[in-house]
Amino acid sequence: MSGRFARILRRPEVGAAVAALLIFSYFSSTTTAFLSTAGVSTWLYSSSLFGVLAVVGALLMIGGEFDLSVGAMTGTTGLIVGIMTTQYGINIWLSLVVALAFALSVGAANAYISMKTGVPSFIVTLAALFILQGANLAITKLLTGTVSIQGMSDVENYDTVKLLFGSTLNIGGMDIKISIVWWFLVTAVASWVLLRTRTGNWIFGVGGAINSARQVGIPVVKVRMGLFMATSAAGWLVGMLQLFGVSTVQATTGLGQEFSYVICAVVGGCLLTGGYGSAIGAAVGALIYGMTLQGIVFAEWDNNWLKFFLGVLLLLAVMVNLYVRRGAGDRS
Amino acid sequence: MTTIVQALNVGKSYGTVLAISGISAEIVAGEVLCILGDNGAGKSTLIKILSGVHTPSEGVLKVYGEERTFESPRDALDAGIATVYQDLAVVPLMPVWRNFFLGSELRKGWGIFKRLDTAAMRRITKEQLSEMGISLRNVEQPIGTLSGGERQAVAIARAVYFGAQAIILDEPTSALGVKQASIVLTYIAKARDRGLGVVFITHNPNHAYPVGDRFLLLKLGKSIGYFAKKELTIEKMTALMAGSDEMTNLAQKLERKPGSRTTSKS
Repeated sequence: MSGRFARILRRPEVGAAVAALLIFSYFSSTTTAFLSTAGVSTWLYSSSLFGVLAVVGALLMIGGEFDLSVGAMTGTTGLIVGIMTTQYGINIWLSLVVALAFALSVGAANAYISMKTGVPSFIVTLAALFILQGANLAITKLLTGTVSIQGMSDVENYDTVKLLFGSTLNIGGMDIKISIVWWFLVTAVASWVLLRTRTGNWIFGVGGAINSARQVGIPVVKVRMGLFMATSAAGWLVGMLQLFGVSTVQATTGLGQEFSYVICAVVGGCLLTGGYGSAIGAAVGALIYGMTLQGIVFAEWDNNWLKFFLGVLLLLAVMVNLYVRRGAGDRS
Repeated sequence: MTTIVQALNVGKSYGTVLAISGISAEIVAGEVLCILGDNGAGKSTLIKILSGVHTPSEGVLKVYGEERTFESPRDALDAGIATVYQDLAVVPLMPVWRNFFLGSELRKGWGIFKRLDTAAMRRITKEQLSEMGISLRNVEQPIGTLSGGERQAVAIARAVYFGAQAIILDEPTSALGVKQASIVLTYIAKARDRGLGVVFITHNPNHAYPVGDRFLLLKLGKSIGYFAKKELTIEKMTALMAGSDEMTNLAQKLERKPGSRTTSKS
């Protein structure tokens, strides 16, 4: 009995699920807006944008690496599509593909540099973050004279693409943004890959003990390269969800969000040191982020409390994870 | 008894430095070959030759009577020779069964739905471990929760399951306490009884003697004796390993000299 109970507690998602439940109960009982259909769709939408990044970023973290540049990447990809279509009249589908190709090549470059030189990916992607953020603003100003993209909705085929990335479904009287569907889809696929495929086994192996992984013949470089590229692709997806969700993009998109997906993943049970974590946990972490972000607005608190609260949550999560790791007998 | 691997006058030089030379030994099915020697005696060079990491610069290796040159560890593995290194190539936070199959996962299904056959992997892990005499309550527990001896056994069982006929154990007892070391010795005996040729590398005669059938003693890259068990006593082995002159010298040096006794009085 106690053994089974302990095992359930040790699952990486459980702590986050309990926290999510507490936050949900708190805001639903203290504010009226939180549980209204409009309220629910608002915090689900917020969560979904963090969630896609958090879930794919969690796979990367389980594989033992970081990518801080992915938040800025959401801005960069949105700007690429926005500028190509509105300024140069280039076909929107082609622009989407170019933006994706750009994201994938930045992911590959991050992976290549950090693996070739041995410089921690934390530093390499921090550099990438600054490069992208700077370029986002400077190039957008240079080409458009402003810091945001206007006139997106006049672009040919805009409505077709909006169906994919920016539409709203009405389910049971509730407005469900399509990004929420993407979030669930990405979480399901990521969780399946992680737990039920060979690739998932390799991700755990590479993040948990890289030398052992090499010795048993896992293609370590390929696994990490794939993870970095997947993370950048997730940045592209979120970039598109934002661009087509609101029909505009600011050159400052992603500013200050470098760590938010890392926080979601860690709150969801990922170890900062790699080798342990869960995709569903990261999705729950993003749910906590989204609920808190909107709940604080509904409760009419000063929204600076969000960062305060996230800091506390992160600290708690790291302590719980540390305890779990010791309990799991990691003696290395 | 079948001889799986035979080394004949094997030697290896790195540039002009001769690491080992003139070593001969056999790995025989159902027997334990112990390789003993101090640090720098050439044990690890010999393992690297047997496991395909290095090719010998002199002498030959025969596998089942046929002369072979291993170009890589993969070649040695394909010939049925597996090496269990000290770090065991396990990932502490991963469940036992995932570790057992890491890098050689069983899969079912097709195309993009190709997935892990988790049920079969769990079952096989359990079976293989119980054949080694380990019964785990649950193969779901992280391998880091097992004792050092048990982890060694999982690594051995894994090598056996993936087709090893000969296994080379690199100092499997050196990092362990007395109790855990004796557990590992039991597993070595189990592997031997299952018909494997075992190479047991150690610097501890007390670990080697009870379980070994043949003993190869190395010193400074040369063989200082290759014995069957009946030709050797543990005292003789210890003396040979340390070098009898050095031992006599050491004994004299350590002896208490009359009059120099310092007994603390309280």
